[in-house]
Amino acid sequence: MAKLTLKERFKKVSAGSGDAARASKFATSIFRPGSPFRKGYSDSPRNRSYVVMNNVLYHLHPVKVKRHGVRLSYTLCLGGMSFFLFIVLTITGIWLMFYFRPTEMAYADIQALQTSVAFGSLVRNMHRWGAHLMVLVVFLHMSRVFYHGAYKAPREFNWVIGVILLFLTLFLSFTGYLLPWDQLAIWAVTVGGNMASYTPVFGAQIKFGLFAGLEATTATLLRFYVLHVLFFPFIIVIFMAIHFWRVRKDGGISGPL
Amino acid sequence: MVDIPEHLLLRSAEARAKALGITVEQALAEMKGESAPTVVDDEPEVIEVDLPTPVKAEAPAPVETPKVEEAPAKAEAPAPVETPKVEEAPAKAEAPAPAKAATPAPAKADTPEEVDFAPEVKVTQRLLTVVKAKPIQKAASEPVDKVNTWPHLMLPEFISLMAMMAFLILLSAILQAPLLEEANPNITPNPAKAPWYFLGLQEALSYWDPQIAGVMIPLVIGLIGFAAIPYIDRNKENNPSKRKYAIMMYTFFLAGAGTLTIIGVLFRGPGWNWTYPWIDGIWFDDLLDWIYFE
Ligand code: HEM
Repeated sequence: MAKLTLKERFKKVSAGSGDAARASKFATSIFRPGSPFRKGYSDSPRNRSYVVMNNVLYHLHPVKVKRHGVRLSYTLCLGGMSFFLFIVLTITGIWLMFYFRPTEMAYADIQALQTSVAFGSLVRNMHRWGAHLMVLVVFLHMSRVFYHGAYKAPREFNWVIGVILLFLTLFLSFTGYLLPWDQLAIWAVTVGGNMASYTPVFGAQIKFGLFAGLEATTATLLRFYVLHVLFFPFIIVIFMAIHFWRVRKDGGISGPL
Repeated sequence: MVDIPEHLLLRSAEARAKALGITVEQALAEMKGESAPTVVDDEPEVIEVDLPTPVKAEAPAPVETPKVEEAPAKAEAPAPVETPKVEEAPAKAEAPAPAKAATPAPAKADTPEEVDFAPEVKVTQRLLTVVKAKPIQKAASEPVDKVNTWPHLMLPEFISLMAMMAFLILLSAILQAPLLEEANPNITPNPAKAPWYFLGLQEALSYWDPQIAGVMIPLVIGLIGFAAIPYIDRNKENNPSKRKYAIMMYTFFLAGAGTLTIIGVLFRGPGWNWTYPWIDGIWFDDLLDWIYFE
């Protein structure tokens, strides 16, 4: 028998074992026709369309996109990155919620998370640096949209949605900043709240509403917590949905320049 | 007779008067039956229509029967196409009737391929206007150079996501997020700094007496004005060389915001006094473990 290369041997093994599983009733109930995970998938133009069309991803992507739009150098993937960071932040954030109480215990909870929870420190770091990164990436995304003139007709309104998304991103980050309940958190938020109180006419009211009082207390902590884990994520998801929908309805990605 | 509202009667009289070239009073009188109806001399054009029918000679298909019955019916009563000119019917009925009678029904059966089921069509409609056939939605857009999303977009996306994930995990593994002492409202750190994305604003506010609330006005309006950019910039070009002004303005904004933020983060120390990061150190706790890393 001829000696098989490693690659051929791998192919032989994987073809034999995989096919039966991929053809099973169970697998075909999960993977719709055209899925690369289904038995008998072959690379054809029709199947390439099916991969998207018969997939939940069809809610995000059309079957075909403009050729220049897939060049990484056009969008720099910044919008997609913002979205991806949001998802990472949601996952790590939910994980953090298991170990966190928005009360006098907040600080102790964070300390315990860092010292006695497996991967606690790593996940907290990912959540924090990811949040900073998201602010930066959303800002860069906005700049790339501006430099491409991609806000011009018919995309004017999507820019407006985008500005709302930028503000929501900032609010999300700002409300999260208070939660560790350390000196950095409370004073950064106090400074931010004081800046908000310089708003003409309603300044004092805005600060009072935000802080649930005249200064940052545990009442503020609870308020920021609810805004951070529920209110703003809820709102931002709605606006993201509109944003992505408009990208497609406005005729896909703008350009070429 | 049914009472027709006066205004409707008048309106149709006007239309009739215009169509026949008579006065409105005349038309009204005709319609009320007070005077004899005007007969138009120029007969509408008669169009011959030859339409092949799929009828077989042996078995006359049901479609044919109503036609045969229709011919005599038309001779007596005004044809349905003529309804707008009901009053003229008696005068006209003579003209079309013989023509229709001239098409003998048996002849149809003999030469089924050449059946004239509508030997004459009286055109009684006029051209009012021409509406261009322009669809509401563009059905066929200009051809664009497109590629399949799978794999040409989804694969690069997936790779970017993995790269971003790797970067984030690596960053989080080497950089510890700051956690200072527990919050204490009685101990104010000096300086107290906002999160970095607000530090540009904090720096800007430090130049004016914050009590002059007016400072916020340009800032707030400026940010709301951001949303209005597409409605202010009416230039349709998106080629950079044709929108130099817009690009210049945005670059000024970026440079300004960037400078203020960097000053706020790195060059401000206790009492919001100017400090040099390489001499006095960095007064920004968010970067704590970054600075003292190693
Ligand atoms: C949470 C924040 C945001 C997310 C997740 C997001 C996501 C996206 C994505 C995925 C795209 C597709 C193209 C690309 O990747 O560049 C896009 C396009 C776009 N975004 Fe955003 N975006 C956000 C914030 C913003 C902001 C702050 C603005 C502007 C103020 C903006 C304005 C636009 C516009 C005008 C387009 C269409 C660009 C084109 O057709 O070339 N977005 N966005």
